[in-house]
Amino acid sequence: MTSSAHALVDVLAAEGGGEEGGFHAPTIAEFYPEPVASFSLLGIDFEITRITIIMWIATAAILTLLVLAARKAAVVPGKLQYIGESGYSLVRDGMARDVIGPKGLPFASFLASLFFFILANNFMSIVPFAQISPNSKFAFPLVLAVIVWVLYNYIGIREQGAGRYFKDAAIPPGVPVGALILVTPIELLQVFIIRPFTLAVRLFANMFAGHMLLVVFSLGAVYLLTAGGIMPIFGAASFLMALVMTFFELLVIVLQAYVFVILTATYLNGAVEPAH
Amino acid sequence: MSNLAAESVNPLLPPVGEIIIGTITFAIAFFVLARFVWPRFEQVFRARREAIEGGIERAETMQAEAQAALEQYRAQLAEARTEAAQIRDQARAEGQQILEELRAQAQEESARIIARGEEQLAASRQQVVNQLRGEIGALAVDLAGRVVGESLEDQARRSGTVDRFLDQLDGMAAGASPDGRGGATGSSVYAQGDR
Repeated sequence: MTSSAHALVDVLAAEGGGEEGGFHAPTIAEFYPEPVASFSLLGIDFEITRITIIMWIATAAILTLLVLAARKAAVVPGKLQYIGESGYSLVRDGMARDVIGPKGLPFASFLASLFFFILANNFMSIVPFAQISPNSKFAFPLVLAVIVWVLYNYIGIREQGAGRYFKDAAIPPGVPVGALILVTPIELLQVFIIRPFTLAVRLFANMFAGHMLLVVFSLGAVYLLTAGGIMPIFGAASFLMALVMTFFELLVIVLQAYVFVILTATYLNGAVEPAH
Repeated sequence: MSNLAAESVNPLLPPVGEIIIGTITFAIAFFVLARFVWPRFEQVFRARREAIEGGIERAETMQAEAQAALEQYRAQLAEARTEAAQIRDQARAEGQQILEELRAQAQEESARIIARGEEQLAASRQQVVNQLRGEIGALAVDLAGRVVGESLEDQARRSGTVDRFLDQLDGMAAGASPDGRGGATGSSVYAQGDR
């Protein structure tokens, strides 16, 4: 049973039972469904919830599609191959090569994987019956952001040397000495804490809010349609809004995947090339 | 109920288990994609680029070959022309040489013919002179005998008067024409002509 279904039951129960509660807005409980299975390993508690399973399904689906697209890859592409290639080219040429620069092509593989992984997981927020994105759980965007953070710091140290990299991060070239009192803490905070945090939060919050929005309009439509008087008119409006927001969500899905990867590419660019 | 438990959770504090699951899932996805998908796409891109570049390259090669053939043809033509000119020059030179030789030969020939003519002429003259010498001597003695009225022949012969006179004449003739061809070479030419 989905968490939204819980809320739906609550809404209908409130209606049918005639309790004074009226409309129950969806809560954060949306994102904490009951675990399907839970176990403890080395003192760490693992909970397999439907969101976990949705992530696995999304990942398996995108992997299957891409492997199928690549398996019979030919010079003259088929439809599936063409779609896969276009996505890969977008990341490879548009980000790895153009944003990171001439040293960027080795990162194409990572960036493209990141892009398709996020895209597939985001997409689950509008897939019927799933209708929640694993990226609306902070843990998953955080994992990706931390991987990116480790990667660009590692690349920065490898390409520029640790001394140079940290010095440039703390004391950006061309900044007047007096301004360093302000700039240095900000820069250090920005490069080592704010960047990964915002990267993770941006994706998480978008998917979180998108889901909440859809749930509110859907539940609202159900509630208003069953309410008496002229309410069903508003219910229809709410239903329409839910549809519109679904399309809007589709835009957000693609946009957030793109933004996440292009920001990663920008950070990697800063790591690969010394600041000037 | 989970709802109650969830109310107290901060969504920005994810459980460790979830983080680990997320990491593993992404790691698997990255591994599969980086291993089986992107390299294939790269391969296809390369193949495509090569197919295009290969076509251009083939065309370029053919053009270069045609150019080379043209150059070779031109070079051969130039060579042939040079050779022809050379042969012509050589022929001209040879012709000139042959002409020279022929001219020299002809001159030599004509010189020889002239020489022989002259020799023959000299020989004939010598012959005539010799003949005349005898006859003149005889006639002169005869005439003198008649004028004197007696035969002076034997006496004249004895004293060699006639010969001496004729020799004197000869000497005068030789003085007039100093090339000395007349008498000196006469005998040899005469012998040659006699042959």
